[in-house]
Amino acid sequence: MTGVIELRGVSKVYGSGAAEVHALRDIDLTVGTGELVAVMGPSGSGKSTLLTIAGSLEDPSDGEVLIDGLLLSAMSRNDRARLRRRSIGYVFQDFNLLAGLTAAENVTLPLELDGIGSKAARVLGLQALVALGLDGHADRFPDELSGGERQRVAIARALVGDRHVLLADEPTGALDSANGEAVMRLLRSAAEGGVAGIIVTHDAQLASWADRVVFLRDGRIVDQTARPASAESLLVPGPSS
Amino acid sequence: MSVPHALLALLSEGPTFGLRLRQEFEARTGEVWPLNVGQVYTTLQRLERDGLVESDEEGADGSQKRYRITAAGATELATWLHTPPDTALPPRDELIIKVLVSLRLPGVDLHEVLQVHRRHFVEAMQHCTQIKARATDDDLELALVADAELFRLDAVVRWLDAADSRLKRRPVRKPDEVAVSSPRSARKATVWG
Ligand SMILES: Nc1ncnc2c1ncn2[C@@H]1O[C@H](COP(=O)(O)OP(=O)(O)O)[C@@H](O)[C@H]1O
Ligand SMILES: [Mg+2]
Repeated sequence: MTGVIELRGVSKVYGSGAAEVHALRDIDLTVGTGELVAVMGPSGSGKSTLLTIAGSLEDPSDGEVLIDGLLLSAMSRNDRARLRRRSIGYVFQDFNLLAGLTAAENVTLPLELDGIGSKAARVLGLQALVALGLDGHADRFPDELSGGERQRVAIARALVGDRHVLLADEPTGALDSANGEAVMRLLRSAAEGGVAGIIVTHDAQLASWADRVVFLRDGRIVDQTARPASAESLLVPGPSS
Repeated sequence: MSVPHALLALLSEGPTFGLRLRQEFEARTGEVWPLNVGQVYTTLQRLERDGLVESDEEGADGSQKRYRITAAGATELATWLHTPPDTALPPRDELIIKVLVSLRLPGVDLHEVLQVHRRHFVEAMQHCTQIKARATDDDLELALVADAELFRLDAVVRWLDAADSRLKRRPVRKPDEVAVSSPRSARKATVWG
């Protein structure tokens, strides 16, 4: 498998001395094109830290991160910033849309930051919104959208242009189960469309949309599921029976 | 629920008498599953027949037999602890018993026992989700059945998570501090009544 996202021996220590926290210890994780990996673990197990390090928002204390086969540690600050703008989409539970911008403006923001002209950006932004079933909502402000619609706009923003790395932290946050499922269907189809994705969550129902579930405990990967064989019937017992 | 395996678990802590096993079993499982004496002895006989436990000769003065676990019994116990139950059946009772009886077993990493089961149930959930993801919009029945399965399995995973975090916070207790005779009937009535 070609690794689009690759963590090699990644550790993260916050603080020092008595206040030292080992948030991650020796993490190896590879996510390929078209693969959606869920990282499950209790609160404080290091899920968000793993995601911010994979997304180049933070540096590991030890180990290496590669995106598209390129070592982040060997890239200049500018190159890393460009990578974040062009290749990586982030979806977070709270930190989401800017209240003063419409849905379309929120989606095209990363493109415009990347220097794409506003007309071209608008075309790409509308495409992303249509793909997520938000045609007709482009010019609404976040407070004119439901929670589920807002989160779909956030996903549109994460996928706009040709972003092919999707990182989501508890992406269905406070959504009810129908909207949560809709969000997961979108992330799933994004993966099938060639995106490499990591979702971190403590919720097994969300995690079950992933191709592979990795279990984190006290900053370590302690286990992972097998890639599920294709499922035909509910009456057939699960893959590992 | 698996009485034979629960008895094996108790015997793995050391040889003991049949009556004592019954007391221990009830105390350890929150007195939720009463066992009668006859059940304990037939189970022990079957375990002995299968070579999983062995017993002393009955004392000449009619004193009770002491039972102890054999190597084969220890292997059987380890296999049971690490083998998830059939997810096609409501698995929780056996799972709860498994965790309760192994709480104080030496040499058993309970987090690992919990994780084996967590992985198994999450894999079963992936299986159901795959089916749901492929169900067409007009296949309401299939989606509903998949949802029911998912919520059932999710409840087990949540219980495993809760158990894991309780275990992490539990005070360290020595094996000989097991409170066999603590009165639990009142609690039983409120939790399970
Ligand atoms: N910026 C930080 N400074 C110090 N400690 C941190 C910081 N971020 C996270 N931590 C600690 O690292 C550990 C893992 O945190 P986090 O990755 O947020 O876990 P999760 O997302 O699984 O709840 C926790 O103990 C947390 O307190
Ligand atoms: Mg977090």
